[in-house]
Amino acid sequence: MIKKDQLLIFEISKPGRTAYSLPECDVPEAEITDLIPACLLCENDIELPEVGEVDVIRHFTRLSLKNHGVDSGFYPLGSCTMKYNPKINEDIARLDGFAKVHPYQQAETVQGCLKLLYETDKMLAEITGMERVSLQPAAGAHGEATGLMIIKAWHESKGDFKRKKIVVPDSAHGTNPASAAVVGFEVLEVKSDELGGVDLEALKSLMGDEIAGLMLTNPNTLGLFDDKILAIADIVHQAGGLLYYDGANANAIIGISRPGDMGFDVVHLNLHKTFSTPHGGGGPGSGPVGVKKELVPFLPLPVIECKDDVYYQDYNRPLSIGRVKSYYGNFGVIVKAYTYIRSLGPDGLRSVSQAAVLNANYIMHKLKEYYYLPYDRTCMHEVVFSGQKQKELGVSTLDIAKRLLDFGYHPPTIYFPLIVKEAIMIEPTETESKETLDEFIAVMKQIAEEVKTNPEMVKGAPYHTAVSRLDEARAARNPVLVYTPPAGSKSENRR
Amino acid sequence: MSKYIPNTEAQQNEMLSEIGMSGIEGLFSGIPGNVKLKRELDIPKAMSEMEVTVHMRDLAGMNGNMDEYTCFMGAGAYDHYIPSVVNHLVSRQEFYTAYTPYQPEISQGTLQAIFEYQTMICNLTGMDAANASMYDGATALAEAASMACHSTKRNKILVAKSVHPESREVLHTYSRFNGNQIAEYGYKDGKVDVADLESRLSADMAAVIVQTPNFFGVIEDLKELAELVHKNKSLLIVSCDPISLAILKSPGELGADIAVGEGQSLGNPLSFGGPYLGFFAVKKELMRKTPGRIVGETADKEGRRGFVLTVQTREQHIRREKATSNICSNQALNALTATIYLSTLGKQGLKNVALLCAKKAHYAYEQLIETGLFSTAFNAPFFKEFALKYKGDVAQLNNKLLEHKIIGGYDLGKKYPDLENSWLLAVTEKRTRKEIDRLIGKVAVL
Repeated sequence: MIKKDQLLIFEISKPGRTAYSLPECDVPEAEITDLIPACLLCENDIELPEVGEVDVIRHFTRLSLKNHGVDSGFYPLGSCTMKYNPKINEDIARLDGFAKVHPYQQAETVQGCLKLLYETDKMLAEITGMERVSLQPAAGAHGEATGLMIIKAWHESKGDFKRKKIVVPDSAHGTNPASAAVVGFEVLEVKSDELGGVDLEALKSLMGDEIAGLMLTNPNTLGLFDDKILAIADIVHQAGGLLYYDGANANAIIGISRPGDMGFDVVHLNLHKTFSTPHGGGGPGSGPVGVKKELVPFLPLPVIECKDDVYYQDYNRPLSIGRVKSYYGNFGVIVKAYTYIRSLGPDGLRSVSQAAVLNANYIMHKLKEYYYLPYDRTCMHEVVFSGQKQKELGVSTLDIAKRLLDFGYHPPTIYFPLIVKEAIMIEPTETESKETLDEFIAVMKQIAEEVKTNPEMVKGAPYHTAVSRLDEARAARNPVLVYTPPAGSKSENRR
Repeated sequence: MSKYIPNTEAQQNEMLSEIGMSGIEGLFSGIPGNVKLKRELDIPKAMSEMEVTVHMRDLAGMNGNMDEYTCFMGAGAYDHYIPSVVNHLVSRQEFYTAYTPYQPEISQGTLQAIFEYQTMICNLTGMDAANASMYDGATALAEAASMACHSTKRNKILVAKSVHPESREVLHTYSRFNGNQIAEYGYKDGKVDVADLESRLSADMAAVIVQTPNFFGVIEDLKELAELVHKNKSLLIVSCDPISLAILKSPGELGADIAVGEGQSLGNPLSFGGPYLGFFAVKKELMRKTPGRIVGETADKEGRRGFVLTVQTREQHIRREKATSNICSNQALNALTATIYLSTLGKQGLKNVALLCAKKAHYAYEQLIETGLFSTAFNAPFFKEFALKYKGDVAQLNNKLLEHKIIGGYDLGKKYPDLENSWLLAVTEKRTRKEIDRLIGKVAVL
């Protein structure tokens, strides 16, 4: 029996009910079959809900209430930088002059859009220490693929076609090796040293004339800054490779250190992490890619240029890798990031990273007595604990995460990075107060205590959510991916 | 301290002393001095909310928007009406400030909405399974091509020249690097040239790509083409306009193995080209090869229905370099927008939108032909967009119209040299007869 508040929009549908209003047809009426040959037309109507406007509003409002967002409460999901999304940015992106603009309008009617893109490019270039930035990629992984295409195209432009391997640390985000593979690279894994950084000897042993480059996150996914970065860059450059910077963790270093100054040649940023644009329940993001001067000719098409105060799209770039997305990137997202950067300025951005790093270290300091800390040194914007002490008592990191739900928190990222057993990766971000952190710390301590005194209770969590633990194995074994009306019902899908 | 950082200086100092540091600089002592930035970032100073609002309004004011101009431009992005409820609902923070539903117990809202989205996309396209969205129509097409190569273990793709030029450009970029080979086949009188396709089919052809209505607005009849493609044991990838599917035969009915398309029309603002969403749907056999997030139904411990991300062993966070795609973030909020839009329009509303588009487009077409300044570019059926040959220069025509606050059509000659001075116009349900008549009037006197 499905309760009323769990019904699908299809299950509240009533034939004949509507939530739309459209004007009467004001051109001469015609039968559709007089306009389009009948053989091209479908015979049955599409099975879509028939609901009233109030139904739509209540249904999706009800759904929304089953979600936890950053505005609902603390969301320390490591590596995702779930910071507060400023409301003014939302208002700005909805201005008619941004939202109601067609991508193919004449250039003289979109000078504001082009100026915004051009200035964002320049500001992000300064922030990362790069020459120019393409705003086309739609997400971090898309940026990674684009950056790797640029690296490959650069090697090939010099007649070097044998560099088909990319080195990726064992601590890297899953998107790194996946992006390398979709761009046609073979992935070589380099192990981490005992401090969580790249093992220099292991890296050296991988170098050779088949290496196109190294993808690196710094600070890495352990939340640690690799202080050997210049040596790493040297090793890769000596071997003829390039350095790719995964900007997923850039919230730690804005205004403090720049990838360009660390020796990186290509950088992507996640505007939906560092630059406060909302994650949207999984997207849209934006993953701009910045490059050093020598790589600028390879940037995707088009590049926005400015001449005599007139902005235009430059398509005349023979070495470009080409287009990676329709039009000019996730423009609406870029508007929000631009608004954020202009609101904060250089001081504001620097204080973002300072506060983010302080918050993470505060949590690390307060919890390391209760949860095993595999790398006990000053961290950057996030801290990685291991639940191995609790695991010994029969309670897994997953159980701890589920128990956190009962206290109204989104759990940290768990089981990542892969090199830490039972990993618990906490990224508080700068937009959380000491009070919020103290409450979270108290809850984490309480759970550590519960693991000792009442492990079975923790293993049964959560108790206060819309649903309890879901059977994921069943979902994967016998996938039910669409709603099918009950047999005998009138509605017939055309599937 | 900025208003987005709640901790006061006193609190920060308190926290610093708790962790045994004298100053905030100490937190960064692990960064070697020679990679530290020893100056301020060279970007403009901070602005207050009032100042930034004025600045952004000025920038927005430099653009011509669709409330000031009458838009006959389409070419992949369309000025459809967006019901008021759509923005109200997608502006709920619980939707837009959440991330990927990794913790299903507190993400049932997003998960159920994606499940409903997948169902609607499958109902529209006549396919069996859909993912939670791709970046846009162009990247969805490129991912479809990669998937076809993987699943058929072949490496060639044939794409129709009548597919959106930017989608083909993305396809060429992706394939340059992933090792698949892309060839193009032609059109004849605005429709795919089946004889040309047939002559290019070979045993190593993984898939054939076609768009309908195609870039010229022409509705393709795919029966013969689908038979040829399947006889060759290749997959058929159909890119389509979701609004058109309210009245046209679905890709599933036409024999598609993979259906993709640009979902912007479904309630998403034009927003200078993004964010939009690519929808991606497949026949059952291809489900486990599909890229991206997929939501499935299951139950909790008490037997209550619930939804989770599923068949995740295809994905990058599990499979790393062996994943079906590198996609992680998608366009979830745009997919939610589409779901709300389709719920609001519903069964009758979407059909009515499609019918209004078709009728208004055909009216505009007839009236333009009647001016004597245009001739038909293709003798072929169309839906909401059509191409005309102009007696003069299309770029000049568009510039003249702009003076009258009309955004004219797409100049096909830019991407198709053989279609010089052909004008591609889109007419959505938003265009009134008065606006169409005004366009005719202005065109006639230029």
